[in-house]
Amino acid sequence: MTWDWSAVSAFLPHFRDGLVVTLQALALGSLISFSLGLVWTLLMRTPTRWVRWPVGVVTEFVRNTPLLVQLFFLFYVLPEWGLAFSALTTGVLAIGLHYSTYTMQVYRAGIEAVPVGQWEAATALSLPARRTWCAVILPQAVRRVVPPLGNYVISMLKDTPVLMSITVLEMLGQARLFSQQHFRFTEPVTVIGVAFIVVSYLASVLLRTLERRLVR
Amino acid sequence: MSVETSKQPSTSGTTSDELIRIEGVTKRFGDNTVLDGLDLTVRTGRHVTLIGPSGSGKTTILRLLMTLTEPDSGTITVDGQRLFPASEKELREVRKQIGMVFQQFNLFPNMSVLRNITEAPVTVLGLPKDEAEARGRELLDLVGLADKADERPTRLSGGQQQRVAVARALAMRPKVLLLDEVTSALDPELVAGVLDLLRDIARTTDITMVCVTHEMNFARDISDQVLMFDSGRVIEAGPPERIFGEPEHERTREFLGAVL
Repeated sequence: MTWDWSAVSAFLPHFRDGLVVTLQALALGSLISFSLGLVWTLLMRTPTRWVRWPVGVVTEFVRNTPLLVQLFFLFYVLPEWGLAFSALTTGVLAIGLHYSTYTMQVYRAGIEAVPVGQWEAATALSLPARRTWCAVILPQAVRRVVPPLGNYVISMLKDTPVLMSITVLEMLGQARLFSQQHFRFTEPVTVIGVAFIVVSYLASVLLRTLERRLVR
Repeated sequence: MSVETSKQPSTSGTTSDELIRIEGVTKRFGDNTVLDGLDLTVRTGRHVTLIGPSGSGKTTILRLLMTLTEPDSGTITVDGQRLFPASEKELREVRKQIGMVFQQFNLFPNMSVLRNITEAPVTVLGLPKDEAEARGRELLDLVGLADKADERPTRLSGGQQQRVAVARALAMRPKVLLLDEVTSALDPELVAGVLDLLRDIARTTDITMVCVTHEMNFARDISDQVLMFDSGRVIEAGPPERIFGEPEHERTREFLGAVL
């Protein structure tokens, strides 16, 4: 197998398109999973069983079924019920939803790690529930959840290629398309492999900086 | 057993200056009865100290008054408001009248020292921020930590943290201050600073105090009334001179013999 630099340069414009899609999916997927996961966590802490129970069932179900199956369901089954999104939107929603069932556990652990004395001090000061959460508990939980959330961001990045299966042209999709059209596999696959390493390295540097700034 | 905490026996039947009334309160944790039909009244401005062996239910009384836990039976009234049952809104109103200082300080590590003190006055009492900060700085001055306003609590010593916690409780201008073994977690050389501060507060303010402590000299100095606890009951009560000078109950003598 020979290495052909001209194939690399021919692939680059497609690679750039793919990279943009991958980064979009990662950023939006992270955003959705971070916020939805927090919503799940808070709902699981409500005193009403009729809220906790359905949330528990749904999130267990999503966590224990493959992302690929969920993608297919959202992309091929939902439109039959009249709910159709673009491929990328579907992919972002699926990744966000899937990972929210992991991040909710991270939040739960982070919240439970805040000493009970903090809740008691907030009660003793008569702080209302919302203020206790926003000013006391969550800021302390955040610094504990950043490292594990960071791991899920990397994990999410490595899961973005499954979006290819619902026709999203992220990096791997672009590489495959290019390979099929030019019969060159080594160059495009190597380029996106390196890109994955670079993106996850940059993401982990970013997260470590964030972590250091939070954990003072 | 009923306990009045007035210096003189009450002459009339009036209970208008009664701030805390605990009647027949029982609290169990599993099979362990930590409070066994307790009756206790604290009148406005009094300083009451609870002493006794560990696990005798002293701290549970403070936690009940602060609504951090609920009794299994009996009634608790603070400043005219029945606590259990009460709506969340009523409980919040009552909590505003009560300040608590914890054994483990429980300062908010994510806020500066000053914001620990101003947080509740601003968000609960609705004080303007600059007014709350001015008052917060006054309180820091009072507890001898004027230069630590912008520090994080975790950078302070245990004694300093506890003094901030006292300032934080006072910032709400509570009618009652609950002190839960406030020096138990401190290194020995830091205890005196905190106790001196509390002595000052006891002497110079009209705040009602309910203390749980193992510092008998402190209890003797600040108390109007000392209650000796054993197994969830008050077994002896009286002015500090009598409890420490000539305890009547055998268990009190044993306990004081062990801790003094």
